[in-house]
Amino acid sequence: MSQLAIEVNEITKMFGNFTAVDKVSFGVKQGEIFGFLGANGAGKSTTIRMLIGLLEPTSGQAKVGGYDVKTQTDLLKKNIGYMSQKFSLYEDMTVEENIHFYGGVYGLSKEKVKERKKWVLEMAGLQGRDKSLTKTLSGGWKQRLALGCAILHEPKILFLDEPTSGVDPVSRRNFWDLINELSSQGVTILVTTHYLDEAEYCNNIILINAGRLIAQGSPKELKTEHITFPILEVETDNVVTALELLRTQPWVVEISVFGTYLHVGVSELDLGKNAIRLTLATKGIQIQRIEQIVPSLEDVFLHLLEQDMKKVAA
Amino acid sequence: MKTIYHIIVKEFIQFRRDKRMMALSFMAPILQLILLGYAATTDVKDVPMAVYNQDKSVASRELIDQFVHSGYFIIQKDVNSLDEIDHEIEFGNVWMALVIPPDFSSNLLARKTASIQILTDGSDANSANISLGYASQIINTYSGSIIADIQKRVPLVTRPAQLQPEVRVWYNPDLKSRNFMVPGVLATVLMIITMTLTSLGIVKEKEIGTLEQLMVTPIKPYQLIIGKLLPFAIIGMIDVVLVLIVTRFWFAVPLQGSVVLLFALSGLFIMTTLGLGLFISTISKTQQQAMMTAQFFIFLPFIYLSGFTFPVENMPQAIQYLTAIIPLKYFIVIIRGIFLKGTGIAELWPQALALWIFGIVILTLSVMRFKTKLS
Repeated sequence: MSQLAIEVNEITKMFGNFTAVDKVSFGVKQGEIFGFLGANGAGKSTTIRMLIGLLEPTSGQAKVGGYDVKTQTDLLKKNIGYMSQKFSLYEDMTVEENIHFYGGVYGLSKEKVKERKKWVLEMAGLQGRDKSLTKTLSGGWKQRLALGCAILHEPKILFLDEPTSGVDPVSRRNFWDLINELSSQGVTILVTTHYLDEAEYCNNIILINAGRLIAQGSPKELKTEHITFPILEVETDNVVTALELLRTQPWVVEISVFGTYLHVGVSELDLGKNAIRLTLATKGIQIQRIEQIVPSLEDVFLHLLEQDMKKVAA
Repeated sequence: MKTIYHIIVKEFIQFRRDKRMMALSFMAPILQLILLGYAATTDVKDVPMAVYNQDKSVASRELIDQFVHSGYFIIQKDVNSLDEIDHEIEFGNVWMALVIPPDFSSNLLARKTASIQILTDGSDANSANISLGYASQIINTYSGSIIADIQKRVPLVTRPAQLQPEVRVWYNPDLKSRNFMVPGVLATVLMIITMTLTSLGIVKEKEIGTLEQLMVTPIKPYQLIIGKLLPFAIIGMIDVVLVLIVTRFWFAVPLQGSVVLLFALSGLFIMTTLGLGLFISTISKTQQQAMMTAQFFIFLPFIYLSGFTFPVENMPQAIQYLTAIIPLKYFIVIIRGIFLKGTGIAELWPQALALWIFGIVILTLSVMRFKTKLS
């Protein structure tokens, strides 16, 4: 097993009586893209903030790049990069002034800042716009500039907290190309997101819910290990009524709406197909299409969240 | 050191870009000074008055002439009854009325005490007091001249013992309230500008999320605090220079004392205002909150209780104790002392010491609070 860049051991954060993060443990290998998934308020940001030295864990240990997040925060901060969904740039300063400032506070020499500035401008596609005020840039540019500023000091570990929220799809795509490139250069990346298509780019994923870790593995492992029943995609002219009808059937394991389709998990494939046809026919609902599909990450996570909710309720 | 330098450079770049803030910081003090310099004067002139002369003698007309020639009063109306006076005062046509009874001159001739009545509109207590002061001065002078007159005419009469007070005003010989107000304006403006800039500057970074980003960089809290506060201290000092120039050359308020001392003690005062600004930033989530907190919990009580508008000596004892914790109070004493009396550190050291202690305590507490809030 290769050396771990991030090692988290039963880390916990309490705010008063509220447990925001509950004994979460995981490991991130050097150079991998590690996805951190969960709903809003699940504890993603709190976990990241503990790993970058902004919040002190209530209990448990974590090491990032070999540095203890409780006792070695100074060394830790010099060796990591962090970018949040807010793209923390100074909007009233120019592109160049932002780069100079962040380069300066990371203690880079003048020559080094110059060299890295050239790199950032190229990476972000901002050549010739170095004298523009940051607030005049579009979301995608701001995002890439923020990333550039966060890695001016060439950290080996990078934390991205919902880096693509509020950015158009093309920019999101470009951004992930950059992430892949950094990863291929050996940078370890921990990224939180709630876009499940983005999770597919990750080497490994963890899913947390209500502060607890509920699953981890590669996207492929998650899809094959957790969903053991067939899933049928059903296209009908009345999704809402169909959902109501099928929900209560004993042979339906899980059901959820995906746009104009239904994804129905059934206990047995052929039996399920026939049962759906029959049930919907009694109410005169037409079925355009019904076929088995490979579960997407979304199916997996909805399944896992539902299981978790049942467990908590029990 | 390098890190602090980078933060300071950043602050000045942002300050230069924010045209409104820049105008506010450099124009507002001057505007405020000019406004208050002209408006905040407690001098009373041309008081409109009514006269009810029941005597119609030479003596009574002489007395009225004294009022007219003093320059403080204008005879707005001659009235013929007390009711009429009532009416004039009630409608605000006159602020004061002089009633001369019918036996005024006959009493004077009989060398008895002659009485006259002065009625004044007390709803503006301040102006009423001041104009009453002028009136009694005029009457005193007049009675003095009558005594002198009698002595001249009847030299045999034994000279009545009399004490003629000779009033001389020190420090502000023209008794111009402007000379008294304007240095105080310098103090309040300095407080408002430095405290506002500091608290807004920090809360703004909180709002846009850059503060969090800075905390992930190797910047240490003390570097961040110095880097953020020093630029505002410098801007505050530039304001002192600007306000001094306007005070000295526009209002011609004489600066009797040492400019160097004035700057040094302004520096001490700024320590307290920056500390309070930092403190406000730790208890506010938004810039609006910071502004409101500063206005209601700092600016207003400080201005009212510092002696800037109302003399501390006239306040109830309990409130006087309370004013001891108001740094602006000490700085007002200092700045008026240096401006008007040319007082030096030999006399001002208690105030300077108080500011120094306040500065250290407020800054230390705010820095500690800021640090714990960050983590």
